[in-house]
Amino acid sequence: MKKVYMDYAATTPVDKEVLNEMLPYFNKIYGNPSSIHYFGRDALEAVENAREQVGSLINSNSDEIIFTSGGTESDNLAIKGVAFLNKKKRGSKGANIITSTIEHPAVLETCKHMEKIGFNVKYLPVDKYGLISVKALEDAISKDTFLITIMLANNEIGTIEPIEEIGKIAKEHDVVFHTDAVQAIGKVPIDVNKSNIDLLSISSHKIYGPKGVGAVYFRKGLKLQTISHGGGHEKGLRSGTYNTPGIVGLGKACELGKSRMKNDVAHMKKLRDILIKETLKIEESYLNGHPEKRLVNNAHFRFTAIEGESLIMMLDDKGIASATGSACSSMKLQASHVLTAIGLKPEEAHGSLRLTLGKMNTKEDVSYVAEVLPDIVSKLRKMSPLWNR
Amino acid sequence: MEQINEGFFMSDIYTEKVLDHFRNPRNMGEMKDPDGVGKVGNPTCGDVMAIYIKVKDERIVDIKFQTFGCTAAIASSSIATELVKGKTLDEAMKLSRDDVANELGGLPAIKMHCSNLASDALHEAIKDYRMKNKK
Repeated sequence: MKKVYMDYAATTPVDKEVLNEMLPYFNKIYGNPSSIHYFGRDALEAVENAREQVGSLINSNSDEIIFTSGGTESDNLAIKGVAFLNKKKRGSKGANIITSTIEHPAVLETCKHMEKIGFNVKYLPVDKYGLISVKALEDAISKDTFLITIMLANNEIGTIEPIEEIGKIAKEHDVVFHTDAVQAIGKVPIDVNKSNIDLLSISSHKIYGPKGVGAVYFRKGLKLQTISHGGGHEKGLRSGTYNTPGIVGLGKACELGKSRMKNDVAHMKKLRDILIKETLKIEESYLNGHPEKRLVNNAHFRFTAIEGESLIMMLDDKGIASATGSACSSMKLQASHVLTAIGLKPEEAHGSLRLTLGKMNTKEDVSYVAEVLPDIVSKLRKMSPLWNR
Repeated sequence: MEQINEGFFMSDIYTEKVLDHFRNPRNMGEMKDPDGVGKVGNPTCGDVMAIYIKVKDERIVDIKFQTFGCTAAIASSSIATELVKGKTLDEAMKLSRDDVANELGGLPAIKMHCSNLASDALHEAIKDYRMKNKK
């Protein structure tokens, strides 16, 4: 059976070049980068080289990059790291932290926890495309505000937020600006200086690097409180022995991401546009997210009267890997908070399908999905008591 | 301060029997002039099931279902129709929520409510028939 992977927003395969770069660090250059002997020094050199590769992708200095275990830890460190230094502001009238209603759970749940321990958090609503209002953001800022955390691009519907405007406002009001760039990295050019970003989260496995490693950029001079105590690695911000092969992989993935971004973006955009055009030919199918301000690899749909979990299972039977925001596929049996936030009714959110492309996808992959999908949708509609056309 | 260990591991998967009924649903579709109809669930929660029955001499001679819902919901309705086709109404009323899940070889814990819907829809269809045919 033909197999088509279209769930690159969930994770990506490790690029061959990345894997080759990593391999020696498992059993040849295995020293602890913190050891001063020969074995350690070689490993340390690799870690520092990776730091430069990561920094270069977002136009930061290498000493502004902290390695973590992934996007979730990066988000936790950024938010808690700033909040814990501002404990005195708890219980204030104005918002301490401003975020959006469509953040990844790593940000959203961390913010909810900050609320539980006494911080005042403001969740900005989004419009039907998933965009925050810059004016609402500015209105929410008060003397009590110390952190804005808004994602660069949404992981479900792919909407790209007005990061430069947010950065400008944050700077004007002297508020720290964190952005979760996990989905945007490698697809959207990022310049932390131009966009006035103070903290930025990166994950390796979304950009053809290995799982279990990530990074957080933090602007020089910014103060953070650590959330994991130990041997004092990474300027005391993130203790724990370096995951050398993982860090080397992340570094290489960033280097390739930078050099190939232009080609990859053009390739994915071309395929995505065909995919959207073909899919929208299906009766009562709709595109979720913004028509233009969206990630080049993201196609997110909804179909009337069918349920997403059974849709992805049927696609799976045809060898196609996809995702949905349906309640039935979630651990909590609740419709996706993102789809709810853009104003979809629960029954509309149930019929959602996320197809996310990667650089490995081909035109044949897209044709195959376009060929298979209409039949599956009509099969499920025949089964549905809600479809009576 | 925080509740811990409140989640669960994602080790529950669908059995082969669930997948078989999902891929090849039995008795699926609408029915013309059914003797009884049972419709349960609501689109907000993500599952809607409709069961249609034809009854002759207190026996279910034909049965069809339509389901808007996940894999487990579709498989549950399919197997429920198979289990009661040809049975008397009294026998069919005895089909319990657990029977549906057990016949499928079990369902992931989080999906157990789907099997409830299937037996509920069946019972509603029988009640509907009995209401219409009160002597």
